[in-house]
Amino acid sequence: MWLFDKDLWIEIFHTLSKNMFRTFLTMLGVIFAMIILVLLLGSANGMSNGFNKIFAGTASNSLFVWGQSTSEPYKGFERGRRIRYKLEDADILKRQIPEIEVLAPRIELANHRGTVTVYRNGQTSGSAVYGDFPEIDNITKKKLVEGRFLNQTDIEHSKKVCVIGEETYKLLFDKGDKAIGEDIRINGVYFSVVGIYKPNNNINIDGENAVFIPFTTFQKAFNSGDRMGWMAIAVEENTPVPFVESQIKSILKAKYDIHPDDERAIGSFDMSEIFNNITAFTTVLKGFSFFVGIFTLLAGVIAISNILLITVKERTQEIGVRRALGATPVIVKRQIVVEAIVLTAFAGLVGFAVAVGILSILDAMFGSGENFPFVQPMISIPQFIVSFILMVGLSVLIGLLPANRAVKIKPIDALREE
Amino acid sequence: MIEIKDLHKSYKMGSNSLHVLKGINFKVEEGELVAIMGSSGSGKSTLLNILGMLDGADSGEYTLDGVPIKNLSETKAAQYRNKFLGFIFQSFNLINYKSALENVALPLYYQKVPRKERQEKAMKYLERVGLKPWADHLPSELSGGQKQRVAIARAMAAEPKVLLADEPTGALDSTTSYEVMDLIQKINDDGNTILVVTHEEDIAHMCKRIVHLKDGVIVEDKKIEQVRAEQYV
Repeated sequence: MWLFDKDLWIEIFHTLSKNMFRTFLTMLGVIFAMIILVLLLGSANGMSNGFNKIFAGTASNSLFVWGQSTSEPYKGFERGRRIRYKLEDADILKRQIPEIEVLAPRIELANHRGTVTVYRNGQTSGSAVYGDFPEIDNITKKKLVEGRFLNQTDIEHSKKVCVIGEETYKLLFDKGDKAIGEDIRINGVYFSVVGIYKPNNNINIDGENAVFIPFTTFQKAFNSGDRMGWMAIAVEENTPVPFVESQIKSILKAKYDIHPDDERAIGSFDMSEIFNNITAFTTVLKGFSFFVGIFTLLAGVIAISNILLITVKERTQEIGVRRALGATPVIVKRQIVVEAIVLTAFAGLVGFAVAVGILSILDAMFGSGENFPFVQPMISIPQFIVSFILMVGLSVLIGLLPANRAVKIKPIDALREE
Repeated sequence: MIEIKDLHKSYKMGSNSLHVLKGINFKVEEGELVAIMGSSGSGKSTLLNILGMLDGADSGEYTLDGVPIKNLSETKAAQYRNKFLGFIFQSFNLINYKSALENVALPLYYQKVPRKERQEKAMKYLERVGLKPWADHLPSELSGGQKQRVAIARAMAAEPKVLLADEPTGALDSTTSYEVMDLIQKINDDGNTILVVTHEEDIAHMCKRIVHLKDGVIVEDKKIEQVRAEQYV
């Protein structure tokens, strides 16, 4: 197999290294093309990672379920009946649907999305007030500026504590005031602030003007009994959310005597849908960058072919001598094609190294993703392998052009040229 | 060694056809040193090109060491050239980015001789032309005479049946020319068959036989008393 012919490689490296300047010029096109390809792909990946980071605090495979009003009469009930869940529903659902990983029940003061006036030392805010279990933090993560989130002890002892959003803090406290340990008043009940959270680029379904208190405290303080407003549910990694969603709905429909075809009685929101949309967007973005990059690479490889064509002309005498000395057309062709491959591959690697360097710098500068979605811009190994194979494949095809030109030169004409 | 019968060759020049060789018949025995003479346009270079399988004849027979040379493919011609022939050119035609040693080793590379053996053999022939100390030099670092000696070493490295020299002294001053001819004579003394194309009388007389070409035919073919180049060196 000629590919493993050491002499061929020595001959080729010799030819290329003895003509450094020409070799370098030839490679420039592919070096730049590779840089562009890798930068494009890397940036697309960085963007994709950035989006992933935005959603990092939110379990992507999750859904929210709340009660609405029936739209169909059923079993003697009239339409327009308000559906109110009970806390026991959470356990029933968890028991019956093993795919549910986390189920965090929540209750809210006032209506859905409604607000309550919160007082503190004469300052007020209209905030949403939620009674929550600590598990909610596994579904929508809160980024805390100070203090802590609700914990199990708060639940067990029904502590009168609360975690407030940064907006709420601004409304209730003066700038720089210490909030931890201070009391705020909701509907005549005092709660001690244990944590403040801030907006963290993540999807924040609860907003930043909200007060979270332990579910059990909520029950006692506001006399909500065993009522439950809504449920945040995280579903196992590989289970489609709609599958679980429909199971939940059918269980709840049976329990609350809702018409099986009633679409409005149970409200739900599937988070995975948004994720899928974003994933589709970044996939298209990646595909597009790859497409553009590959064509740039094609242009680079064509540049190599062009320069090889010129050098073949320049090397007419050399090729003539080689042929007079016994180089068969196949040998001459092979030499030029392999030169093209080696040039392309080497240039590709150089471009790759440079681009990876640039990406690392970009990563160090902007990679934290604080201000825009751009995290760890880097190309993946499969992407690298695919582009490399494509590049080398192209170089073979395109190396044949100058190779055929070289073979067409008759040794006698080549030798006559001075 | 070489046998040519009724060789014809013409070139198309637009609508005209230029008849360059008009029936050449000649024979070269093993160990001969033949000068092919003639003014420019006499067809001597064309003859050498055909002998060197760099060009094909229109008609006629050409036998080299008992092998008929006819309708060769490019590949076959290259292999035959490599096996049978060594070329020495007027303009040396060394590969300028290869050292003297690598230039000499090149025909052996195409013979697929292993690298080490190739280097040894090339060094042996470089030594024979007296250029062993210059083995690592590039052609640009060598004088004209040295370049031609490297070219001669290269032509001999493949141990061909026949050496073909096309105006080997054409680009050299007379002293250097005689040095080169001295070398060629010594190689011939060892039994190698050599054809030299030249238009210089003194160079021709350093061969053993002169074939005179004029207008595409052999007008004279005589054995001569060889003038040794040694005495001028």
